[in-house]
Amino acid sequence: MKLAELVEKLELDVRTGAESLDVDVTNGYASDLLSDVMARANEGDVWITLQTHQNIVAVAVMKSLAGIILVNGREPEEAAVDKATAEAIPIMVSGLSTFDLVGKLFELGIKGS
Amino acid sequence: MDVRYAKTQELLYELKIAEVMRRELNTFSPVMTMSELRDILRDHRISGVPVLEGEELVGIVSIEDLIRWLSAGGEDCAIAAEMTKKPECLYADQPLVHAIKRFDESGFGRFPVIDRATGKLAGILTKGKLMEGVLRKLESEIEEEELRRYRASHIFEDITADYKEIYLTYDVPGKDFDRAGSASTGMKRNLKRLGIHPDIIHRLAIASYEAEMNLVIYTDGGVMEFHISPQEVFLRVKDNGPGIEDIEKAMQTGYSTAAHWVRELGFGAGMGLSNINKCADKMEIDSTPGIGTTLKIRMFTGPQHKPDGGA
Repeated sequence: MKLAELVEKLELDVRTGAESLDVDVTNGYASDLLSDVMARANEGDVWITLQTHQNIVAVAVMKSLAGIILVNGREPEEAAVDKATAEAIPIMVSGLSTFDLVGKLFELGIKGS
Repeated sequence: MDVRYAKTQELLYELKIAEVMRRELNTFSPVMTMSELRDILRDHRISGVPVLEGEELVGIVSIEDLIRWLSAGGEDCAIAAEMTKKPECLYADQPLVHAIKRFDESGFGRFPVIDRATGKLAGILTKGKLMEGVLRKLESEIEEEELRRYRASHIFEDITADYKEIYLTYDVPGKDFDRAGSASTGMKRNLKRLGIHPDIIHRLAIASYEAEMNLVIYTDGGVMEFHISPQEVFLRVKDNGPGIEDIEKAMQTGYSTAAHWVRELGFGAGMGLSNINKCADKMEIDSTPGIGTTLKIRMFTGPQHKPDGGA
């Protein structure tokens, strides 16, 4: 499924990287520990986290992730927005909790890596 | 010779007709009429169709046949009367270079393509389809392959010396979480441009990021030195303290000495060194408490590199 479709179906607010939503997403990873994401997420995953500082962008770039979804309505920090804009990494915001959001992603066919 | 040109030629040998031919076929039976043909060619914007009797290819009828028929009065008749009978065919497993030769020699606009195993019609090849297939392949190949192989090897080939390496360093300030990761992000881009294999970039990116974060989290800063040679990428990360008390423990997944506020940010999970170890082809760590730590990571890029990675 295209990231753009996820945005629509999960009613995500796109904060950055709107130009990079036309990518296929089949898998995802949920974690708030950056090293864990570095170790276990796969290229092209959508990443669900509550971390909001700019290092999430570095992790997404290093791992070539499709995008980052912030949960609980958390907003990316300003520096994260700047960095994500520069790197064209989509950061999206959901009002749902990690548990609820991942459940919905699963229903849409996005599976764990 | 121009490298792109050589690459295209290589592709013409590599690509098989089956990979570029049109597979969704409109086919005709010989008893259908020329006026039906006219409508189908117009509606589908195609220039020719194979004519099948049962499953057997008996002819091919094209827009040229249609024009000839129209200018001769256009009196409706069965396709069988106007088609080219027993047309020359190509086989699906033949390389494109063969098809090009046949297009040149024959002057035909299209060839039916036969599956050698079954003897049945598998598709149709036009010059347009051929061109499209080559361009599509070129586009994807040039991006990865050319970037990877040509650019990198080019640099090392054009420079002559007994020993060659590219040496890049980054100063990483300690406790600066705003800039943390920028050395590794920049380096990943560099390695791509240098044409390093994507698998190696991927593993090095992880190792380099973790090492960089260790400098940021635990030290007052340090230096990351990348040495890229045709054989390997060697990364040395040096800092001036505080050093690691127990390296064996530090290597264990989950063991961490990070401050609470650092963990709140999602760092200091106790996975850094073990992540590095997993990704590196070779890893060495030297540390003296109070003095500093030197971490060495090697990725082999020569023929002996292990593509699936891990240590």
